[in-house]
Amino acid sequence: MSKKEQKPAAVEANEADIVAESLEIGGSIYKTTLPAKYKNQKPYVPKNPHHVLAFMPGTVRKFFVAPGDRVEKGDKLLVLDAMKMNNELLAPVSGVVDKIAVKVGESVPKNALLVALK
Amino acid sequence: MSIKEKTTDLRTRMENALSGGGSKAIEKQKAGGKLTARERILAILDPGSFHEYDLFVEHSGKDFGMDKKYLPGDGVVTGTGTINNYPVCIYAQDFTVAGGSLGYMHAKKICKIMDHAMKLKVPIIGINDSGGARIQEGVNALAGYGEIFYRNTQASGVIPQISVILGPCAGGAVYSPALTDFVFVVDKISKMFITGPDVIKSVLGEEISQEDLGGARTHAEITGNAHFFAESEQECFEQIKSLVSFVPWNNTKKADAFTPKLPQKTFKINSIVPSDPRKPYDVRNIIKAIVDDSEFLEVQALFAANIVVGFGRMDGQTVGFVANQPLVMAGVLDVDSSDKCARFIRYCDAFNIPLVTLVDLPGYLPGVDQEHAGVIRHGAKILYAYSEATVPKITVILRKAYGGGYIAMCSSHLRADFVFAWPTAEIAVMGSEGAANIIFRKEIMEAEDQEKMRQQKIEEYKEKFANPYVAAAYGYVDAVIAPEQTRSFVIHALDISHNKSEAVPDRKHGIPPF
Repeated sequence: MSKKEQKPAAVEANEADIVAESLEIGGSIYKTTLPAKYKNQKPYVPKNPHHVLAFMPGTVRKFFVAPGDRVEKGDKLLVLDAMKMNNELLAPVSGVVDKIAVKVGESVPKNALLVALK
Repeated sequence: MSIKEKTTDLRTRMENALSGGGSKAIEKQKAGGKLTARERILAILDPGSFHEYDLFVEHSGKDFGMDKKYLPGDGVVTGTGTINNYPVCIYAQDFTVAGGSLGYMHAKKICKIMDHAMKLKVPIIGINDSGGARIQEGVNALAGYGEIFYRNTQASGVIPQISVILGPCAGGAVYSPALTDFVFVVDKISKMFITGPDVIKSVLGEEISQEDLGGARTHAEITGNAHFFAESEQECFEQIKSLVSFVPWNNTKKADAFTPKLPQKTFKINSIVPSDPRKPYDVRNIIKAIVDDSEFLEVQALFAANIVVGFGRMDGQTVGFVANQPLVMAGVLDVDSSDKCARFIRYCDAFNIPLVTLVDLPGYLPGVDQEHAGVIRHGAKILYAYSEATVPKITVILRKAYGGGYIAMCSSHLRADFVFAWPTAEIAVMGSEGAANIIFRKEIMEAEDQEKMRQQKIEEYKEKFANPYVAAAYGYVDAVIAPEQTRSFVIHALDISHNKSEAVPDRKHGIPPF
């Protein structure tokens, strides 16, 4: 037990008045507190099959394509240097390069958009 | 040489070895709010009880000029002593000697004192303060870690293993603490990670401070790697002494009994829990209202605070408490709280500590994050741990016990020995609002005033099912008791369960959802 813990004069129900947050479970709304870890959750975004993302943080080394190029599924798009490996990222679907979202030499975080196809 | 001369020679040798890394290195150590290895051991053990061994061990490094270097005690202090007259084996890495780096003989000293602890069947306390493997010793340093991990695993569930992180503990070194029962950390002093900020920056380009990556607070709040968090080394030592008083020496014994004491009168059990199941309260106050002297040692207080675990005494005997915490996230079960409580249950079971479970939860936390983080296999750990445990298991349902949460929280179906319920208990498939909406969907939809009908049906459901008596009618609850009867019912249940013995299936070991 922490020595800093203060002994209250009488411990009774009073938390209901001091908590401001709530959580809905099974159709009921509960008054409670929500820790930072819970609040920092990012909302789920479904995967866009036309987007090529950085599978881990790294540096973009080279592009094989430019906006407007037609690519087939499996064609090389770019080289991402991550974990000391030069990883070639391939087109997930056939289509046209709509946008290149980063520059050569740029460091990107995990899940950053690199190339958008259409 | 005469005996006197030889004794003088011994003293000189000892002084030399006890000087550690020398006054400059010691000064540096202290500037960071840290004590030296021997000071730490002396602060934890009873005065005069520490006996040091292997003071004259020397390192075995031959390459890179190491053969010309003298490292006192090879950077680790080992020995035996007592805490409140309770015998323990202990070691402390000495950061002032070659950064506390782990070489072959350093590891051998640690292994030797661990082997002692296993033979003598007493707890082992390890104080970690080391820069990591001694690179100059190459594969022998790696062998040293491996030998320690093997011993940690063999000792698991046999003797209590306590790790104290009082400095850096990085790379392979982190896995010894991770294999032990309890990890203590101190704010601004403890640092634990597999790969440090420098490596992360050079490989991944991500920048983070040591403190944010693997400081004491990070491990106490976010990763769950630490079990006890302290502001200072002194506070940490007090926590260790308190913990040791609650646990037995080894798995063949029970924890020492203390003189029974009544709970403090400030904790009024009848007025802590609001009857509205949607209103919160601090469940630790219920624990304090029933344990001796209202003394409760919480484990992992800052991690997954939606469940509370820790030790208290009832009628002088150590009890392990598991309680849902309505004050945080309504007390739901999720990935982290499942991990936290399953591990605690297995600890108590291994060391003959009876379990008392206090139930008040709405169920499992819904969400993509939870499902994708594997709440199925993590949640299963609770079912496994409770079903597997053969220590006395006593459950008190305070209020909500809905759905899968009811089953998981040591229900009679998982072989609780006794299940008691307060009259405020609601043992049901789900909360009244949700249940009424599903069961009476048609009636509500067809009603002229849907909201009025909804409220009416919720009340109807509440009246019929939101109580302990349906479960009691099937014998799933052994007794419905008034809140003020809780302590006496639990103490009686513990008393008569003293000689409980339960047959377990003949097998090498089960396969829990790790």
